[in-house]
Amino acid sequence: MTEELPHPYEKFLRKDRIPHIWCEGCGNGIILNCFARALDELNIDLNKVAVISGIGCIGRVSGYTNTDSFHTTHGRPIAFATGVKLANPELKVVVISGDGDLFAIGGNHFIHAARRNLDIQVICANNFIYGMTGGQGGPTTPLDAWTTTTPYGNIEQAFNLVHLAAACGAVYVARWTTLHTRWLTESIKKALQKEGFSFIEVVSQCPEIFGRYNNMETSIKMMQWFKEASEVQHFSEPSKAEITPHRIVVGEFIDIEKPSYGRLLREMKVKVSEKK
Amino acid sequence: MTTASTSVEKPRVVRSGRRFTSGDIACAEGALAAGCRFFAGYPITPATEIAEHMARRLPEIGGVYIQMEDEIASMAAVIGASYAGVKAMTATSGPGFSLMMENIGLALMTETPCVIVNVMRGGPSTGQPTMPGQQDVMQARWGSHGDYEIIALAPSSVQEMFDLTVEAFNLAETYRVPVFVLADEIVGHMWERITILEAESIKIVNRKKPTVPPSNEFAPFKPDEDLVPPMAVFGEGYHFHATGLTHDERGYPRTESAEAQTRLVQRLCNKIRENKGRIIRVENAMLEDAEVAVVAYGIAARAALSAVRKARAKGIKAGLLRPVTLWPFSEEQVAQMARRVKAIVVPEMNCGQIVREVERAAKETPVIFLPKLGEEPHKPDEILDAIKEVQK
Amino acid sequence: MPVKTWRRPLDADKVKPPKAEVHVLKDRCKGCGFCIEFCPKEVLEESNEINERGVHPPRVKDENRCALCGFCAAVCPDFAIFTTEKNCKEGC
Repeated sequence: MTEELPHPYEKFLRKDRIPHIWCEGCGNGIILNCFARALDELNIDLNKVAVISGIGCIGRVSGYTNTDSFHTTHGRPIAFATGVKLANPELKVVVISGDGDLFAIGGNHFIHAARRNLDIQVICANNFIYGMTGGQGGPTTPLDAWTTTTPYGNIEQAFNLVHLAAACGAVYVARWTTLHTRWLTESIKKALQKEGFSFIEVVSQCPEIFGRYNNMETSIKMMQWFKEASEVQHFSEPSKAEITPHRIVVGEFIDIEKPSYGRLLREMKVKVSEKK
Repeated sequence: MTTASTSVEKPRVVRSGRRFTSGDIACAEGALAAGCRFFAGYPITPATEIAEHMARRLPEIGGVYIQMEDEIASMAAVIGASYAGVKAMTATSGPGFSLMMENIGLALMTETPCVIVNVMRGGPSTGQPTMPGQQDVMQARWGSHGDYEIIALAPSSVQEMFDLTVEAFNLAETYRVPVFVLADEIVGHMWERITILEAESIKIVNRKKPTVPPSNEFAPFKPDEDLVPPMAVFGEGYHFHATGLTHDERGYPRTESAEAQTRLVQRLCNKIRENKGRIIRVENAMLEDAEVAVVAYGIAARAALSAVRKARAKGIKAGLLRPVTLWPFSEEQVAQMARRVKAIVVPEMNCGQIVREVERAAKETPVIFLPKLGEEPHKPDEILDAIKEVQK
Repeated sequence: MPVKTWRRPLDADKVKPPKAEVHVLKDRCKGCGFCIEFCPKEVLEESNEINERGVHPPRVKDENRCALCGFCAAVCPDFAIFTTEKNCKEGC
């Protein structure tokens, strides 16, 4: 056992910012790891990758990837990414953000980018809570869960993000937990190579806050919850792709072909210039 | 140039020549002439025509037009496009302007060159969509949270809608700052004859680019002598990070450091303050020997000029100081002028915004405020009456 | 989470499985325990050392059991552990 060799993914990280700020056992680190592995296995030109993130713990990810990156205002990474992708379609534009950022304040931008079939990849770290600000409830917080703003148990129904993404027209929709590292990496690879709007929900552990508030105080306990509750059910009906404390249906749910906004825009421009 | 059906011209970028057109369309054409190739916006009276014209023109010349789902998204997309290396703009009016404020702050913090046109209408809230107003002037300066400086230009003719939009892009690229074009519903919707120069004669400024090659030590927010950092954009290999959090010269968040906050925020303000001499433009008419001055901008300046001429015809030594640049405010010019005149008349289509700046700069010199709200701009005679009152 | 195997492949004597080397970047470890808990071959355990973060990084109990599955490397949130294949030309 030696310590001289550097980690094989050093080149994907900003060395002067490692170790990252995320807590011990936080799912965000695993998501970053799987993302780096996907970039590595695809041998993608790092000069052509732009990582955009919003506000939240996962939002800090753009500060750790050794790529062009931008940390936007809360809820707006997808709108920002729209501008980036349309201005320079050669870039691989990846949005990595959280459940609150993408689906509460950012919900409108998500549904429209999916509807337009913008050629970007969106990875959502769904940890069921607003961790960065101390543990408030969000749109994916399960019914009855304890958070600082649901101290009597959450009475709001949670989004089924897979169902939402599918309904909005995303061409690739998958859900994995941070335990499914290999599946997750393969999904990220697929999304990066697929034309159109791809969405990957990563059920991720926030042991320090969500776990502690809801009887899973250690990161291992949360991972064991994922292990017991998750069930791989590829291509099951998105509206039936349950996500409850007892059953987390994971897999790839949507994988269709549809011309992206960029493709239609290019075709339109060709037609317009031919008319003149 | 007409707004009806398809144009019979080939898609030139700059439609040089003498044209009869509207303010909104002239603004859009000015943007294209300045190099704008990305527009993200949302329909809103009275700025919709800018979006519609851009929707038609941008695909012809290889640019991108997108109607976003709201103004918040529009502003975010503009910043994204600018960071991907394309000159970008949006156009809106009061309600949309309010929605954009948070992301305007992001543009300021990340030093994003971009242009935001606000064709002002009656407010507050939904107000009077089809009527003019000058009620968003202070909002342009102070609308986003935190401390910062912006540049705002106030066109008062269709020609200026073209020219000042070009200037707005040049200023944005020079200072890496959002620049506002504060028009109003009358200037936006009126039709006048303008001259568009040949493309070669139109001065264009592009953002400074880094002179060093990519490296692990590259500092995307390290300023030059003029306090403006050269701008790397996505896809050039610099692998830089930008954030709305307080950051250091490497772009990394420094949320714990008072020193970082002081350095960054002071520089963002000084970037404009120390370059005021190069930024501020004022146009004067008959001001040198004036005994009564009128300070007016935008549509009010049209009536003010007429009033000043009428006053002169009656033997009253009146003069006009017209700030073309509303922000930074031309304090020195107003202060100097104030020492020479008996009083200053300020007509504005609001309840008192720029007049406060005038009062501050004018110190002891009396300032007479002429508010006007609603569909009618000031009549020259209303301003003339105020001038006459001063002379009594 | 050890994996118990009860079948022995017919060609077990002929095939040499790759030999692994486990690398722990001790000072990066934050002590989450995923690598130890989820290793299918029980290769790792918590060490007694304390790293500069004040936690016990993992240590290898028996490197020979490592099957190079790479799960520890994949599930580590902190890029603190990875495996490489030993070059067995010089003997392992």
